[in-house]
Amino acid sequence: MNALGSHRRHPAAIFILILLGLVATGGLYSLLAPRPATAAVSTADDQTTGRKLFLANCATCHGISGQGSKVAPTLVGVGAAAVDFQVGTGRMQLAGPGVQAPRGKKVMFTNKEIASLAAHVATFGPGPALPDDQYTKGDGNIARGNELFKVNCAMCHNFAGSGGALTRGKYAPSLRNATGQHIYEAMTTGPQSMPVFNDQNLSPTNKNDIISYLHDLDENKNPGGLNLGNLGPVSEGMFAWIFGLGLMIGAAVWLGSKAA
Amino acid sequence: MSPQATPKGADSLRADDVTLEDITEGSKAKARAGSLAGWLDDRTNTARPTSYLLKKVFPDHWSFMLGEIAMFSLIILLLTGTILTFWFVPSAGRVIYNGSYVPLKGIPMSEAFKSTVDISFDVRGGLIVRQIHHWSALLFTVSISVHMFRVFFTGAFRKPREINWVIGTILSLLAINEGFTGYSLPDDLLSGTGLRAAEGFMQSVPVLGSYLAYFVFGGAFPGEAIIPRLFTVHVLLLPAIIIGLFTAHIVLVAVHKHTQYPGPGKTNDNVVGYPFMPVYMAKAGGFFFVVFGITALMAALVTINPIWLYGPYDPSPVTAGSQPDWYMGFADGALRLFPGFTEFNVFWFTLSLNVFIPSLVVMPLIYTIAGVYPFIESWVTGDKREHHLLDRPRNAPTRTGLGVMAISFYLILFVAAGNDLIAIKLGLSINDITQTLQVMLLVVPPLAYWVTKRICMSLQRRDQDKVLHGRESGRVVRTAEGRFFEVHEPLPEHERWTLVQQEILTPLQLTARVDENGVRRKSTRRERLRAKVSSFYFADGVAAVTPAELAAAHHDGSAREAIETGQDSGDHDVSDPAWVGQLHGGADERPETDAYASDEDGAEPAGPASAP
Amino acid sequence: MSEHGTEIEGSGGIPERFTNPGLPPHVSRSADLDERAAHRAERQVATLFTLSMVATVIFLVAYFSIDQKTYRFIPGIGQANLSNVVLGASLGLSLLCIGLGAVHWARTLMPDTEVAEDRHPQRSSDEARRDAVETLAAGGTASQLGRRPLVKYAVGGALALVALPQLLVLAGGLGPLPKADLSTTFWRKGMRLMRDNPTPTPIKASDVTLVSVFHVMPEGIDKSPHVLEEKGKAAVILIGIDPALIQVPKERDWGHDGIVAYSKICTHVGCPVGLYEHRTNHLLCPCHQSTFDVAQDCKVIFGPAHRPLPQLQITVDAEGYLIAAAPFQQPVGPSFWERG
Repeated sequence: MNALGSHRRHPAAIFILILLGLVATGGLYSLLAPRPATAAVSTADDQTTGRKLFLANCATCHGISGQGSKVAPTLVGVGAAAVDFQVGTGRMQLAGPGVQAPRGKKVMFTNKEIASLAAHVATFGPGPALPDDQYTKGDGNIARGNELFKVNCAMCHNFAGSGGALTRGKYAPSLRNATGQHIYEAMTTGPQSMPVFNDQNLSPTNKNDIISYLHDLDENKNPGGLNLGNLGPVSEGMFAWIFGLGLMIGAAVWLGSKAA
Repeated sequence: MSPQATPKGADSLRADDVTLEDITEGSKAKARAGSLAGWLDDRTNTARPTSYLLKKVFPDHWSFMLGEIAMFSLIILLLTGTILTFWFVPSAGRVIYNGSYVPLKGIPMSEAFKSTVDISFDVRGGLIVRQIHHWSALLFTVSISVHMFRVFFTGAFRKPREINWVIGTILSLLAINEGFTGYSLPDDLLSGTGLRAAEGFMQSVPVLGSYLAYFVFGGAFPGEAIIPRLFTVHVLLLPAIIIGLFTAHIVLVAVHKHTQYPGPGKTNDNVVGYPFMPVYMAKAGGFFFVVFGITALMAALVTINPIWLYGPYDPSPVTAGSQPDWYMGFADGALRLFPGFTEFNVFWFTLSLNVFIPSLVVMPLIYTIAGVYPFIESWVTGDKREHHLLDRPRNAPTRTGLGVMAISFYLILFVAAGNDLIAIKLGLSINDITQTLQVMLLVVPPLAYWVTKRICMSLQRRDQDKVLHGRESGRVVRTAEGRFFEVHEPLPEHERWTLVQQEILTPLQLTARVDENGVRRKSTRRERLRAKVSSFYFADGVAAVTPAELAAAHHDGSAREAIETGQDSGDHDVSDPAWVGQLHGGADERPETDAYASDEDGAEPAGPASAP
Repeated sequence: MSEHGTEIEGSGGIPERFTNPGLPPHVSRSADLDERAAHRAERQVATLFTLSMVATVIFLVAYFSIDQKTYRFIPGIGQANLSNVVLGASLGLSLLCIGLGAVHWARTLMPDTEVAEDRHPQRSSDEARRDAVETLAAGGTASQLGRRPLVKYAVGGALALVALPQLLVLAGGLGPLPKADLSTTFWRKGMRLMRDNPTPTPIKASDVTLVSVFHVMPEGIDKSPHVLEEKGKAAVILIGIDPALIQVPKERDWGHDGIVAYSKICTHVGCPVGLYEHRTNHLLCPCHQSTFDVAQDCKVIFGPAHRPLPQLQITVDAEGYLIAAAPFQQPVGPSFWERG
């Protein structure tokens, strides 16, 4: 019996075996997994480029002229802002129809491609355009942004923008580390379940204030310590039961045990 | 100390009492302390009570510390709470914030909220005191619950401790309400939403609802009266009642003496442990600092109740994920699960059972059932003796099963309060979660009862097995005939005692239906009910092993149960190849001994593993 | 319960139940036997106590030296308030180390031989009980209470009544009677719908585009002496939906061109129903998940609420601003007994 065989009943053997299995599976997956399709682009005409991109990546679900289908909403009138938001945050292209399009881990198109897609979609019908830079900088009044956020946004996105549940598996996502431009666009286009907050409801200055408040939160100032996700009393209760009680029971067991 | 300590009378413990003159002998410091003690004693007659208390014996088990965690948390709460009252302003008056926290600058808010933000940011060390206070409140309620579970599952609520159990139940109810009033004081968005819901609960009370709500809030919600009134309740009324009841609670523990787990040397008529002075003073005193230290470290490193992020209360905004603190979770969950069709329009009136029952009936009902349980059990057992030895939970399978059933019911309600967070963290539909929990609420508790009871009974049988057949030693012996068997070591006497000491109760029987004159006496419905419930409790009994059964097992000729006796003092090396194949120490080789007879010279039987 | 058990007859001396073997033999700790081990334990205890003192000193220094506005990055926490973390950690350590030191001292150096103390039954002796009963009875007889029925009834009456004044002051002074307060809100005919902003502004019908949501308060509420109390009943949510989707004629009539206004106060226990899902036209309350269908006059389609949200009848004024055409036609918010 060789050295490896004689260790086959070692307590760590099963652990190492599982580790090897996981590495093998993960490696094989990354080699063999399908890559998202991106159409190569070579012409200079923005709208034509956009049209080509649209037909290749979006038309299957949204229809050739963006009229929508059973699995995807209409894109008529959503405007360039919607495209910049959805594609720019990696939500689109969606791998398959589902209840919610989550924020993507990576953006599947370059900025130029997004711009041409946006220009193309804008031709379907008049809709919100890309926001003006001066209102997405996040240099507004943080306190006023806080007040506006609480009245208009916190009921879905939670008091600190950590996200919240909607019905039937839908949710309002976390707003952590979203760019000012994307935040503005989400407000004006009302993606997925979100209603529209047009510029008459929340003026561009108001929107900039909200962006400033969210960026202030992103600085991750936690004066009290670990924020446990800013989810409220539920996580605090869990922490008290698991760590607080656990540590104290540990101390009690030690206290009652016999010394060496 | 003799290994078999016969319980000494309390007087013998006091035989070496030191007199006042003895104290003053020796060093000057001792003399000074002695004269101070003398001065006090001259005026208070406390020498005897002092030495009585200092000699008190406390049994040592970690599960007895759970109540202490609650006690120490109470002290921490009183201390930190008092510090907070120096800065907190219990007023709903409107002010504009102008402190150092930028996202709130210029925002109108109540004085209560502003003072809490000031404590958090503009008072040195204020945030740490606030956080210690709130974490300690959570740990207070957590430890009360766990302590209650320990007392329940070990049967420590039996006579003479029923009163203490009732006091404890009331304390538990007061504690969670104290917590609710406390976290509502800062008047932030989250707790204000909770107050709004509380007003809705009051409104749902039949006939009196709107009057009750307007009386408590001093008018329409939110009003200016509720914050100062909550302050009075939280700082004055409830703490006074809690401290009074808690004092009665520990006085009763001192009077009854603490219970103890069964074990060798522990009987129903003694307390075995360590004396208060010096051991328990150091251990319990030290544990106070440990509890305080852990709480303070939690407060240093983990945020709790970040009211500056919630913002001031306003009836228009609300946050996603609105939950109360954990101890009110079961009530919030009950509200989420209770179906809406139970609101009825009766003539000119509206009866909102969908709000009234889960908010104002469930909590008192649960606590009442908990509070009367000792009396139910004593009615069922008819047992009027004092019990100072605890039950191992497996030896009271029905009680343990009922306890787990109650806890599972509570837990499902509790989990329901977090259904929206479960939905987003696990990617599920909140509607599906709610409907599943509604079904689980009815299905899981009886299932939990049954599973727990069977587990308890199989653990009892496992104990029986261990006593009768010994513990598997892991040594496998091969006989000359080629048979393999594992050697079982019999349990040493001290370990065995814990497994055989229990008293298994039997169901109460109905008394004779024919009295002494031959006249048939109809048993009352109450008696029949009592017999039925008693049978439900005790019909499935797994009896403790008796010496006769153990002797019978020893003489069982099965070679699988080869038992090493004291005669084999281990001079055979098992790895010695020559030894393999010998049915060594088997039943047929063992000399005739009676395990319970004394040795030739009259000493007590040594037992298999008595050598230290 | 001691078991010097009864023996089974004819069993050759086997008792009926096992007997308590008494306390197990004492096992000494290393500190009991070895002076070096004891000395080591002493050093450990002393170290813990010294650590506590050091931590206390750190607290005292940090209290004065660390500015409250300083933030430092701490892995795991993010930007932590340095003062809070240092003060808290040093306080925690100073307390914890005293505790650990005391417990370690008890475990290693203090005696750990188990001691047994007797229990006595809780029940007092019969003699003591008899004495108590006799004292009470004798005192009762001596007070002549039994012989003097007039005294008995009079003292009973006086004690029964004396608590009433305190209770009356407390109960009588409690809050106003609700009367019609729960059934009326701030809304009056002709009041403009204002944005619920720090600076409220009126809303034009043309501002409310499809699937937009406005959080609304009545005009003038911020000047009211009881702003929050009025807001608690007058909060309204304004939604622009496709008129073709509205299934209830009354809803269409009370709205304006697909713009509908509903009370934002949930009919369950009063949380603000602010979550509007525009693709399904559902309004969700975050507290207990009551769901209202805006296309069906805010009927309850899920959750513990029962009554639909009351609708506010709106129209436009001469300048195109949205105004209330009438106050709420039913009480808003949670149900109450006399609601009807």
